[in-house]
Amino acid sequence: MTREEVYVTLNEVFRDVFDDESIEVNDETTSEDIEDWDSLEHINLIAAVEQEFGMKFNMGQVVTMKNVGEMVDIILSQI
Amino acid sequence: MILRELEYPFDSDYILKKSKRIRRELLEGRGAGADGKQFLKKKIAVLGGSTTHDIIRILDLFLLDQGIEAEFYESEYAQYWQDAMFDNPELREFAPDLIYIHTTSRNITMYPAFDDGREQVVDKLKSQYRHFEAMWEKLAAVYHCPIIQNNFEYPGYRLLGNREAVDFHGKIAFINKLNLMFAEYAKTHGNFYLHDINYAAASYGLDKWADSSYWHMYKYAMSMQAIPEFSYNLCHMIKAVFGKNKKALVLDLDNTLWGGIVGDDGPENLELGQETPMGQVYQEFQSYIKAHKDLGILLNVNSKNDEENAIAGLQHPDGVLKPDDFIVIKANWEPKSQNMAEIASILNIGKDALVFVDDNPREREIVRMQIPEAAVPEITKGEELAPDKFIKILDKNGYFEVISLSEDDKKRNEMYKANALRKSQEESFGDYREFLKSLEMKAVIKNFDPVHFSRIAQLTNKSNQFNLTTKRFTQAEIEQIAQDSAYITLYGRLTDKFGDNGVVSLVIGRIEGKVLYVELWLMSCRVLKRDMEFAMMDALVEAGREKGISRIMGYYYPTPKNAMVKNFYEIQGFTKVEEDAEGNTVWQFEIKDDYKKKNDVILVDGCV
Repeated sequence: MTREEVYVTLNEVFRDVFDDESIEVNDETTSEDIEDWDSLEHINLIAAVEQEFGMKFNMGQVVTMKNVGEMVDIILSQI
Repeated sequence: MILRELEYPFDSDYILKKSKRIRRELLEGRGAGADGKQFLKKKIAVLGGSTTHDIIRILDLFLLDQGIEAEFYESEYAQYWQDAMFDNPELREFAPDLIYIHTTSRNITMYPAFDDGREQVVDKLKSQYRHFEAMWEKLAAVYHCPIIQNNFEYPGYRLLGNREAVDFHGKIAFINKLNLMFAEYAKTHGNFYLHDINYAAASYGLDKWADSSYWHMYKYAMSMQAIPEFSYNLCHMIKAVFGKNKKALVLDLDNTLWGGIVGDDGPENLELGQETPMGQVYQEFQSYIKAHKDLGILLNVNSKNDEENAIAGLQHPDGVLKPDDFIVIKANWEPKSQNMAEIASILNIGKDALVFVDDNPREREIVRMQIPEAAVPEITKGEELAPDKFIKILDKNGYFEVISLSEDDKKRNEMYKANALRKSQEESFGDYREFLKSLEMKAVIKNFDPVHFSRIAQLTNKSNQFNLTTKRFTQAEIEQIAQDSAYITLYGRLTDKFGDNGVVSLVIGRIEGKVLYVELWLMSCRVLKRDMEFAMMDALVEAGREKGISRIMGYYYPTPKNAMVKNFYEIQGFTKVEEDAEGNTVWQFEIKDDYKKKNDVILVDGCV
C-alpha cells in the first residue's frame, strides 16, 4: 500500500468515526483541527484504524503520535 | 424501528466505528414510518469503577433502537462509590430513573494474600461485599429507582492455575463467593438487578475480553471490541425494566421448527428427532422454544402450508412442540405480514411485541417492510441454513429478558389461548348468532351470596364502561344489601366451552311497593356482545315478578367512560321518561304477562 492509498482509506475512517464527510486529513492534521477529536474519541479512532488496516499500535505509539503523518508512518511500517 | 445493524449477530467493529451515523439515523427515524411513536425518555446514571465513555456511547444506540431515548449522568472516572455514598447534589438534581453501577473485578480491592488464614479471608470477603451492599442501600434510600449492578468477571490470568477455583486464597474462588453473595442480594431485593458480566465475558471469550492494554492505556475493564456485546446484554435488562420486552414468538415451520417441507416430504420424512444430527438440532430448538411457554411467552405459528399439513408436522412423534402449545396457528397461503397483523390483533398485543422467526430471508424481508416495529432476527445468513445457530441468535437478542417471574406468567398462555379461540371462532362464523350458539354458553344468575361478596364489591369499584350509574359499594354495604328484603340483587357468572369468565354482571334494585328502582347495573367488558345483558334482564323480570313488581325504573348517569350504555335501556325495551340538561336519563319498563325472554343463546342455570 502506498502512502497515498493509506490516506484514502484513513480519510474514510476519520469521516466514519467523526460522522463528518468534509474531513480531509494530511500529514499535519492534529486533534486541534477536528472538533470532536478529544482524548476519549481518540480511543475509538485508534481502534477503528487498527481494525481497518489489520494492525496494532503499541502502547507507546498511541500516546506519542503527534499528528496524522506519524500515524501513517506507523501504519506503513506495520502492513 | 429496529435497525438490522443493531440486532445480533452484529458487526461490532462497524457499530463502534459508525456509532455517530447510526445514532443520527435512529433519531431521524422519529415519527417516520408505520410506528411513528415518540421515544420513551429516561434518565440513566452510570456510576463507573473504570472508563465508561464508550459503554454509554454504544448502550445509547441499543436503547434508542428499543424506543428509549436516554439522558445519561456519568460519574467522574472510577468515582462510583463516592458518587453514591456522599451527598451528591448533581445526581439528586438529575433524578435518575435507573442507576447502573459498572464495577468489574478490577475494582476488587481486598483479594486474599497468601499468608492470610481462613478467618482473614472470610473477613475480607465480608468487607468487600459490605463495601457494595452499603452503597446499594444508600442509593435505594436516596434515589428510589431501579439499580443494576455488575457481578464480577474472572481475571485474565490464574496464579494458582486450576487451583485458583479451589484454594480459598485463589482469586477465582474469591470471585465465585462474592458473586453468590451478590446474587443472594438480588434475589431478596426488588428493584435491584444483577447484570451478569461474568457470563458476558465468558460468552465473548475471556482472553479477547481481558486485553489489558485497554486497561493500562485507557482504564477500560474490557477490550473496546467487547463493548457492543456487553452493552447489548446490559440493554436487554434496562429495556425489560422499562417494560419494553417482547411478548410473543411467531414461528415459521418448514426448515425453521423441523428440517424439510412437510407438504412435499410428508411428516414421516421430516428431520426431527434423535436419528440424525440435523434431527437432533431441530429437536433441541423445539425444546428451547417450548421452554418459553413456561415463562409466559405466547407461541404462535405463521407458515405457508395447508393447515392440515402444518398440524401433521406438529404432531410428529419426535416433536417437542405440539399443536396445543400454540395460541394462534396461521397455516395458509396469505402474506405472512398479514398473518402477523392478525396474530397481534387476536392476542390483543402490539405488533412491536412480536418476534418473527423464519429461515427464509425473503419472508423476513417482507415482514420487516410491512411490520417495521416487529423484531425479525437474521437467523440465517442469506440462504445458508444453519439451524444449530438458531438458539444462540434468539438468545443473544434477549427479547424476553426475565427480570422477575410470577405465577401469572405461567398462566398467561391459558388465558390468551381461550380468548384467541373465541376470536378465531367468531371469524369463522358468517352469522353472529350461530357463533354465539357455538360457544355453548352457560350462565349462573343468582342473588348475591357470601362466597362472591368480595368479587362483587371489587366489580362495583372497577367497572367503568358498561356501568349505568357507576355507583361504588364497599363489601360491607354489599353484605348489608344482600340481606335486605327491600332489595333484589343479582350476580351473573358466565362459562363457555373455552373456559370460565367468572362473575361478570351485577344488578341491584330497590323495592318500593310494586316498583323496582335499579340502582346498579354493570357488566364486565370482557363479555361484551355475548347477550349476557339480556339473560340478566330476563332474570331481573323473573325475580321482580316473584316479589310482585310490575314496573322497573332504570337510570343512566353519563360519565366520561360509560357512553357505550347510553341507550342500554332502550335496547332492553324501556321507555325514556325524563332527561335533564346533563344527559341524565330515567327509563321505565312495565312487566307485562306476555314478557318474552330476550336471551336464547345462553343456558341459564339456577335462576334466582
